[in-house]
Amino acid sequence: MSDSTPIQRLADQAAAKTPPRVVKRIRGLSDRAIAWAFITPTILLLLAINIFPLIWTIQLSFTNYRANRPNAEVENVGIQNYERILTDSDIWFAMQATAHFVFWTIALQTLIGFSLAYLIDRKFRGHAFWTTIILIPMMLSPAVVGNFWRFLYQPQIGLFNYIVSFFTGLPPSSFEMLGTVNLAPWSIIIVDTWMWTPYVMLICLAGLRSIPDYIYEAAEVDRASKWRQFWTITIPMAAPFIMLAVLFRGIENFKMFDMVNLLTGGGPGSTTEVASITLKREAFEKWRTGYSSAFAIILFVAVFGLANIYVKALNKVKNR
Amino acid sequence: MSGKSSAHSVVEPTPVTKRIAGAVVIIYALISMIPLFWIFITGFKSPPDSISYPPKIVFEPTLEGYCNLFTTRTRQTPDYIQSLPPATETCDEITRSRNMVIAGASNYLPRFINSVVIAFGSTFLAVALGTLTAYGFSRFRVPLADDLLFFILSTRMMPPIAVAIPIYLMYRELGLSDTALGMILLYTAINVSLAVWLLKGFIDEIPREYEEAAMIDGYTRLQAFVKVVLPQAATGIAATAIFCLIFAWNEYAFAVLLTSGSAQTAPPFIPTIIGEGGMDWPAVAAGTTIFLIPILVFTVLLRKHLLRGITFGAVRK
Repeated sequence: MSDSTPIQRLADQAAAKTPPRVVKRIRGLSDRAIAWAFITPTILLLLAINIFPLIWTIQLSFTNYRANRPNAEVENVGIQNYERILTDSDIWFAMQATAHFVFWTIALQTLIGFSLAYLIDRKFRGHAFWTTIILIPMMLSPAVVGNFWRFLYQPQIGLFNYIVSFFTGLPPSSFEMLGTVNLAPWSIIIVDTWMWTPYVMLICLAGLRSIPDYIYEAAEVDRASKWRQFWTITIPMAAPFIMLAVLFRGIENFKMFDMVNLLTGGGPGSTTEVASITLKREAFEKWRTGYSSAFAIILFVAVFGLANIYVKALNKVKNR
Repeated sequence: MSGKSSAHSVVEPTPVTKRIAGAVVIIYALISMIPLFWIFITGFKSPPDSISYPPKIVFEPTLEGYCNLFTTRTRQTPDYIQSLPPATETCDEITRSRNMVIAGASNYLPRFINSVVIAFGSTFLAVALGTLTAYGFSRFRVPLADDLLFFILSTRMMPPIAVAIPIYLMYRELGLSDTALGMILLYTAINVSLAVWLLKGFIDEIPREYEEAAMIDGYTRLQAFVKVVLPQAATGIAATAIFCLIFAWNEYAFAVLLTSGSAQTAPPFIPTIIGEGGMDWPAVAAGTTIFLIPILVFTVLLRKHLLRGITFGAVRK
């Protein structure tokens, strides 16, 4: 408060120019009125841009509306869309592809991320600098960087294929990461892991740093081995943080769109067609708006459930 | 092992442990930088160098990628090019050496400007709304506060494609499709949730006593908010703004579905850069480099607040 920051000066100017009559009127505002005046605009914006569309989606999900034929007659089809989704083998295939993607990305990111955090927590010289370097990929645009990975994955000329062939001796044109049914799912897992391991690492690092030294000192006095300390102190005490990272990555990867859309577009065939890609194809390529709305609602409910658990985990960590 | 030196606490790792840990982390960091390094150097390669085998690390740098990024070109006969007055600019010269002439400006610059306008516009609105709302939640007893806060956060978690279906229809009705205003409103709505959660954390940390003291001195609640709370929260507001900016800057899903022309941002545009007979990878790399540099700067500026930002303010240190 003592420093005269630019904002402070601006605020002073702003306050100085407020005409006395206005000041008087505002002075009369009760705290309660201010609270509502401050909160309402945000709530209104979210109602307009999130909740109203959501209600519209629910309504559309019971119809056969097609957005590319706005003048066609819209029929109410009841829960038919939902029934069809639950029995549609394409949808189930997409859910399987999503599950495969979510499982492996989380497994790899947690393993690598936690290990890195553990190593960084050894506080070697320069660890702060290298931590910042490691964090860079997660800040970048998944679409723009994902697009460039297409180049790295080119057979023959791509750097990824070159490096793999350098270490394994396989000819670099003998495999195609993005175009082969059994490799394409791994190509997106690799990019996602490259990009988001830093995220898990950063949260795990916070978890490790939240463990007070005296607990280890006490364990040391009790002659507990390092191995035992790791499993009975480090892991349990960092667990809420690991949980937080896993949940958030789970939600994000469950709805993954941008990176996959650019790398494989769901291909080859529909090998990497995760839920969001299927939804995009149904809604914006086949224009089955009613049907895709029903699918969107199902995804909403799933994410909403996960988000609920996530917020509980957030609050748990916050109270530490 | 650790009991040897009494100068260190028992929890201090040994020098050997530190050295091994450092080596592994540095190796990981260097490997994870390879794709970015490759983007950077590909931007300065000529198209033939960019697709040579084995991949070239040593090459003659050229600005061709950057020239191609900002221009459109047409092929001409050597005779026609001979007849032109000598080239005055580097890009003219490079283009002519490929038997082409510059036909005009490409769409990269307008798309980049769209990204700037939409990112800054939505960030400004989201932070302004978010600051007010966060203050409201932080200082007053709001009925159902926890539920409202969860509602605000949950809107950010929604799958973008699912939200895009009704937004697409709504914007078509309102004439907001492919407009900067439409994108600004949309990104504001998405970012405001992050802004509220982050700023509530920052404002919670400012002692109430400051405002109370100011109010005893005769300030109204609003004056206390403007003169006491805002300056105190300046760092938090700046950090929040950078987070919002990065989100809006990087966003792709809504951009690719809701914009196609005049309001298109850079992320959906960059993958569409093509040259003659396929992707013009040096131009793509050049466009990517220019697009990523602001984020690199922001990441370095933000490094102390990153953790807070990615956990919606829950983890502070």
